Amino acid sequence: MEQYSSKVMEHFAHPHNVGEIENADGVGTVGNPVCGDVMRLYIKVDKNIITDAKFKTFGCGAAIATSSMVTDLVKGKSVDEALKISNAAVAEALGGLPRVKMHCSVLAEEALKSALDDYYKKQGKPSPVKMPAETGHEHEME
Amino acid sequence: MLTVRKVYLDHAATTPAHPKVVEAMMPYFTGKFGNPSNLHDMGREAKNAVEEARAKTSALINAKPEEIFFTSSGAESNNFALKGLAQANNQKGKHIIVSQIEHFSILHPAKTLEKAGFTVTYVPTDRTGLVDPGDIARAITKDTVMVSIMHANNEIGTIEPIEEIAKITKEKGVLFHTDAVASVGWIPVDVKALGVDALSLSGHQFYGPKGAAALFVRKGVRIKPLIEGGIQEDGRRAGTENVPALVGLGKAAELAAAEVSHRMSYTAQLRDRLQKGLTERIEHVVINGHPTRRLPNNLNLSMWYVEGESMLLFLNMEGVYVSSGSACTSRTLKASHVLTCIGTDAAVANGTLLMTLGTGSTAEDMDYVIEKLPPIVQRLREMSPLYEDMLKKK
Ligand code: FES
Repeated sequence: MEQYSSKVMEHFAHPHNVGEIENADGVGTVGNPVCGDVMRLYIKVDKNIITDAKFKTFGCGAAIATSSMVTDLVKGKSVDEALKISNAAVAEALGGLPRVKMHCSVLAEEALKSALDDYYKKQGKPSPVKMPAETGHEHEME
Repeated sequence: MLTVRKVYLDHAATTPAHPKVVEAMMPYFTGKFGNPSNLHDMGREAKNAVEEARAKTSALINAKPEEIFFTSSGAESNNFALKGLAQANNQKGKHIIVSQIEHFSILHPAKTLEKAGFTVTYVPTDRTGLVDPGDIARAITKDTVMVSIMHANNEIGTIEPIEEIAKITKEKGVLFHTDAVASVGWIPVDVKALGVDALSLSGHQFYGPKGAAALFVRKGVRIKPLIEGGIQEDGRRAGTENVPALVGLGKAAELAAAEVSHRMSYTAQLRDRLQKGLTERIEHVVINGHPTRRLPNNLNLSMWYVEGESMLLFLNMEGVYVSSGSACTSRTLKASHVLTCIGTDAAVANGTLLMTLGTGSTAEDMDYVIEKLPPIVQRLREMSPLYEDMLKKK
């Protein structure tokens, strides 16, 4: 297998924002259809700005590192800006991921979208969230 | 500078070559570099070395030297056995029986044979990984050419009832191959006592060099070569012999024959110490494989709510080298087919670590892992949504 970048290892060994948020404004739990791993993301929103984000992840090194990175990236962003964060952006911020591990960053994007979706629903607003396309098939070619 | 302890617990992946093995090999790279096919003295010297290695390898498994065919790897031996025996005996029929927990170097050739017109029965195992000889007996038809069941499983260490299966195959006149790559050198392996017609073994699994392996084929059994175009290995495998590696394999076989009972008792007591220490300190853990019919150096455990690759990476940072049965560590992103076959839940299969000990393992190494792993598991569980859900349900 390809090696992880030093940035991935840094976030894996010392992940940021691990935990839960009591009374979170949005919570999203998603499962990885490829390998069976699970990611849960919590957000706190104040005046349309994400003031806090935390995660819990059952998954590989890349899954933990992308969880850590995506929570870093959303903090301080507006809900609209957060919606634009893609899995590729998360992977890039980590200095890239091994090809076979790109699906773990998709899980991070989905977890974020799912938490945002939950936020809109809790606000009683229509949710503009579109879940990213299933990319799992790419890996079944092995 | 701090010296970090290095604890290698991945002997099922490969072992280091024994210093005596390396020493025996060295002359054959330079001074004694002849080609065994040549008639001159240089050739004869190399030929003698290969034949001595063959004698030592055959002695380890109680075979005759002429029943040993050298190959380059356990995977080649398995391919050779499955394809070679099936094709050389296809006038008898076109049905093969293997177990679901065989190594991929058996399962993939089986698939290839299916495409070539053979039918294959994949027998299951029980939850400990044991094949039921009754299943084999029931699966055999008039059309069955061969059965291939591994001696010991390379992941969960379960030792299969080979003697009992051999009684059945003998009675029904069906060829029987066993993949003994995981067991040779670690437990006694005797082809006569087992009653098999063919058996695969690999040198680097028991302190020999990589690139040297063998297939035992009982005298009188027909096999079609995989590699053609040369007279080497009695015409069964073309290609100039890897003389230094074969000399190394012979030496490793000689050492294994002398040391096997020590290896068994030594690794088993350390393994038991490791198993006890870890299961006492870690909650929600399952030991995979058969409780007693298991390779002495094998410990395969699944921890609920944590993923294997994460554990493996953290252990690596502590200088502890293990394998994992997790989907995330496999290139296909599927949990180990062995764990799936024995009925391990997909989520817990992802939390599997495989630790395989060697003769260089020490009690201090075990205590080091017993100290290092539990906090890693705890830390990852605190990060795990599955653990959180379990605690909330309580
Ligand atoms: S989460 Fe399973 S491979 Fe990354």
